[in-house]
Amino acid sequence: MLATLGKRLLTVIPTLIGVIIVTFLLTRVLPGDPAVYFAGPAATPDSIAEIRKGLGLDKPLPEQFVRYVGDLAHGNFGNSLSTGRPVATEIASRLPASAELTLLGLFVSLVIAVPLGILAAVKQGSWIDHTCRVVATAGVSLPVFFTGLLLVYAFYYQLGWAPAPLGRLDAFASAPPQINGFYLIDSLVTGNFEVFRSALSQLILPVATLAIFSLAPIARMTRASMLAVLASEFVRTARASGLDTRTVIITYAFRNAMLPVVTTLGMVFSFLLGANVLVEKVFAWPGIGSYAVEALLQSDFAPVQGFVLTMAVLYVVLNLVIDILYGVIDPRVRLEG
Amino acid sequence: MLKAPTPEVDTGEALPLLDVRDLTVEFQTRRGTVQAVKHVNISLAKGETLGIVGESGSGKSVTSYAVMRILDRAGRIADGSVRFSNLDLRQIDESEMRDLRGREMSMIFQSPRLALNPIRKIGHQIEDVLLQHAQADAAAAADKAVEMLEQVRIARPRERYHAYPFELSGGMCQRVVIALALACRPQLLIADEPTTGLDVTTQKAVMDLVVELTRERGMSTILITHDLGLAAAYCDKVIVMEKGNVVETAKAETIFRNPMHPYTRKLMRATPRPGITLRELLPDEDALRAGAIGAATAKADAPLLKVEKLVKEYPRQGAASSLSRLFKSGPTPEGEVFRAVDGISFEIARGESVGLVGESGCGKSTTSMMLMRLIDKTSGTISFDGEDIGAIPAKDFATLPQRRRIQMVFQDPTDSLNPRFTAARAIADPLLRLSDISRHSLRGRVEELATQVGLPLDLLDRFPHQLSGGQKARVGIARAIALKPDLVVLDEPTAALDVSVQAVVLNLLQDLKDKLGMSYLFVSHDLNVVRLLCDRVIVMKSGQIVEQGLTARVMDAPQAEYTRDLLAAIPHPPI
Amino acid sequence: MTDTLNAIPPVTEKPALSATPAQPKPEHNSMLRHARYVMSENPVTGLAFFLFALIAVCALIGPYIVPHDPLASDTASALQAPSWKHWFGTDQLGRDILSRVVVATRLDFIIAITSVALVFAMGGLAGIAAGYFGGWTDRIVSRLSDTIMAFPLFVLAMGIVAALGNTVTNIVIATAIINFPLYVRVARAEANVRREAGFVQAARLSGNGDARILLGHILPNIMPIMMVQISLTMGYAILNAAGLSFIGLGVKPPTPEWGIMVAEGAANIISGEWWIALFPGAALMLAVFTFNLLGDGLRDLVDPQRRT
Repeated sequence: MLATLGKRLLTVIPTLIGVIIVTFLLTRVLPGDPAVYFAGPAATPDSIAEIRKGLGLDKPLPEQFVRYVGDLAHGNFGNSLSTGRPVATEIASRLPASAELTLLGLFVSLVIAVPLGILAAVKQGSWIDHTCRVVATAGVSLPVFFTGLLLVYAFYYQLGWAPAPLGRLDAFASAPPQINGFYLIDSLVTGNFEVFRSALSQLILPVATLAIFSLAPIARMTRASMLAVLASEFVRTARASGLDTRTVIITYAFRNAMLPVVTTLGMVFSFLLGANVLVEKVFAWPGIGSYAVEALLQSDFAPVQGFVLTMAVLYVVLNLVIDILYGVIDPRVRLEG
Repeated sequence: MLKAPTPEVDTGEALPLLDVRDLTVEFQTRRGTVQAVKHVNISLAKGETLGIVGESGSGKSVTSYAVMRILDRAGRIADGSVRFSNLDLRQIDESEMRDLRGREMSMIFQSPRLALNPIRKIGHQIEDVLLQHAQADAAAAADKAVEMLEQVRIARPRERYHAYPFELSGGMCQRVVIALALACRPQLLIADEPTTGLDVTTQKAVMDLVVELTRERGMSTILITHDLGLAAAYCDKVIVMEKGNVVETAKAETIFRNPMHPYTRKLMRATPRPGITLRELLPDEDALRAGAIGAATAKADAPLLKVEKLVKEYPRQGAASSLSRLFKSGPTPEGEVFRAVDGISFEIARGESVGLVGESGCGKSTTSMMLMRLIDKTSGTISFDGEDIGAIPAKDFATLPQRRRIQMVFQDPTDSLNPRFTAARAIADPLLRLSDISRHSLRGRVEELATQVGLPLDLLDRFPHQLSGGQKARVGIARAIALKPDLVVLDEPTAALDVSVQAVVLNLLQDLKDKLGMSYLFVSHDLNVVRLLCDRVIVMKSGQIVEQGLTARVMDAPQAEYTRDLLAAIPHPPI
Repeated sequence: MTDTLNAIPPVTEKPALSATPAQPKPEHNSMLRHARYVMSENPVTGLAFFLFALIAVCALIGPYIVPHDPLASDTASALQAPSWKHWFGTDQLGRDILSRVVVATRLDFIIAITSVALVFAMGGLAGIAAGYFGGWTDRIVSRLSDTIMAFPLFVLAMGIVAALGNTVTNIVIATAIINFPLYVRVARAEANVRREAGFVQAARLSGNGDARILLGHILPNIMPIMMVQISLTMGYAILNAAGLSFIGLGVKPPTPEWGIMVAEGAANIISGEWWIALFPGAALMLAVFTFNLLGDGLRDLVDPQRRT
């Protein structure tokens, strides 16, 4: 088990190298002068030359790469052009906001989608099944930013149940003392229920938006793989041995059906991290996505590069967790490695 | 909870354990309602073993699913009654039925590996059944499960209790499935093709085990199989089904000696067995029409194919991690390789038909792939008509003129035809690539070939999915002989076919060989089939040849221990 | 011919499908029959084909049939709710939203089609080659595809557009790149299964070289599955492009495009002018929905077993 884990950890290394090379190349093989991009639109030839030198862009490409990796190793993602602040600090301070949103969104959609998919498969052809199919097809067709706007219109403008889509807290609450940056947890730990309520009510709509978005692929996959497993020969054997429905569905079918669902989670995370950017823009959420979007529009490249790298590393780590989870469920992976 | 039905006091004329009357099963399909089983009557006494025999689509499995009430969604029992120990199985509700399944009546399936939950320890799977039917409490269940594993002769049961299905061989998995089925000491066991896909020696071990255990417990057994020989060897009574109907019910001894129904006769005749000729597989009128088998025999001059010290090694899986393989280069060190074929030597004469037999994993398929030049050898020589074709890399061989002279008929006729090519196009493919036939004479040649293999010309423009299994096999044979090859490798060419179709195809192959003067290498696991078609036979085990010689000699006076085991494992119907 | 071979009776069992020797049915006929069956079984697929036709018409002749000039601003009639004059209302600059939504179809459609065509050519071929040849070809293609997959795809698209420059062409390129692994995966898996299939072995025995096997035997068998993939990724490509333009990349105002129109309407949502964002958003949704349904329908048509 430990050896398998070690082996799996080793396979992350080439992936990480690939990710770093791509983010490096993104800035270097541009059809133009990267120094111009880094200098921004208001630069003079002198300042461009200075930036070129400062960035080491006059050196050969391999040397630049070594320097880039060295900077990364020291946690140096460069400085933002517009704010002048180090990108790494900025991203670190904004990351909890994005993480809280994304993870909560995924959690909510898992809690709804998995049981929905299972029920749809078990009661194939029933109204639950039809609901599941409609949700699955409609869900993947909904542009996430559009869902967000519809929710805002309905629950803020029309019904007035939700607060204005403007950030993590309403204007009267102040951020809880930072412990891990998740407002829900920080406020609970410090016993500040007022802030907890405020943070929660601000979270509901963006989390619902992300949940609706990721609901569809999970429900669809759960249903499909559950149907496949229910039709399998070992479930037939279990039935022919008279095992009760609960054992057949949970111990026999469900655990096997989860395997492809866990694999799909990787794809869902990929979509979620992307959708997160759009949702942050809609709800003026002060996460790393909105940071990147602001920088993008000002042609401020260092934050964008830092953002892409951070997201990729996060995603690699998430995939690693998913792989380990898969090994826990499936002995074939665990024992054969 | 249902009481276990107590057997009646034996009055000689006791109620049958299972009494199926007029059973009709319907399936809803896109073409409307289809009756898979029509008015079937089965009566099974306590302690009796009943065989249900039929070819694919005869409804034999559906009948048993209906008895167990585990038909899939589209199917339903439309008519008739099923009584088990005086209980009307159509009337009782699902929870009562569930109590019966596994406790009073259980079932084992084909493909044992698929029949077990792949991610649950086998010991736990047996426990699930024991706990479900309250045959053991949680504390004793583990011991009981180990005991069951012991009873089905699994070595080191305490250790194997913790094994997952993928860690066990197919035969072992089938033993686990049997343990699962017998754990609660049911009165009825239904075995649905329990040994299909298993090697013949494993088949014998599994069948003997089932017979012993069921006899010990005084159980009744239903054995569902396509193999009349197997049914007759192991059952008291045999039911023959055709297209959803029972055509004959008879005692096992009489069904071979005196089959009543024409279909049974045809089925029985078509079953390969010792002491008959190829023609005797066919119904009388067809055998007459086909005439005598030609007298072409092997020519004594230089052998057509000469294989010497042929070796094929594969890297052992998991021996070296992909990472270390990435960084290391050079030859693979000893111990990391697996020898699929381990230094074999043999010859095939012109016009000769040689059988290559062995159980799965013995290296016979790897050998045929090397001879076909589809994969490269590791060492040794393959001389074909004096030329060492083994030295030519497989990837270059496809376009060489020698390619015309060695052709192959594949195991699965469906898989070996391109789904997007018509029959005519498939037969024409080798002609287009490797001969200089002109466009306008192509169709004529294809039709000539179709006629030779007995494929009606109006089927030539069909696609594979519009052809039957036998018709597809004919297309594959026509393609293989299109270039008039000298050597044809037949890789289990009839394994996927029903026995009556097999009889026809085997006769066709024999006649083609005589007419065209080809040599055959017939790769098969079925000794009875090899006996009919081959002049000589080679027996392989673990990559090596354990015995070779004239077919009659090897079959009647085997020298090697392994050959004797193989022959003894073939079911012997009581004739 | 009167030799003994003819005497062996032809096999008389029925073929798998119903076509009996008495009434042979050509292939396209049974395909049509199957299509009709799929339609009747699932009328939604019929709806999908209808919607697809509607979108295609809008893309082809949209600019000639709209009631107003999609670019003409008229501040006097800004922010009007839907009415008989402006079915979908007007935006901040008084432009007719219906006209803008219809005209935008063509741009979104072109972005999706070109990017999908691009990735089909690149990813499809690379995947088939990787699956068939294995070895180094496979290692290089898989490594490349894995590296792309290591990024959250939309984030990578943002990075690419930001790096290559903020233009529509680069949106097409970025969309193609992020779809690359999906095509590679499908094509590679399908080619890999068929590499050892009997009919490919048989083709090799018949003297076909690698190129001919790949293009003549394997590709035609993979095409149906690739068609499904194309339909499904069309929807994804449209979503992706709209997402990029929603955050201000690629398409520049005042060009009508669904994503950017939703972005323009976003600010008005909290003041209650719902129609500015709703109609382009709904059009976007409908287009994606159509392609997804179409993909499902095509899958049923191509592979009845893998229905979900």
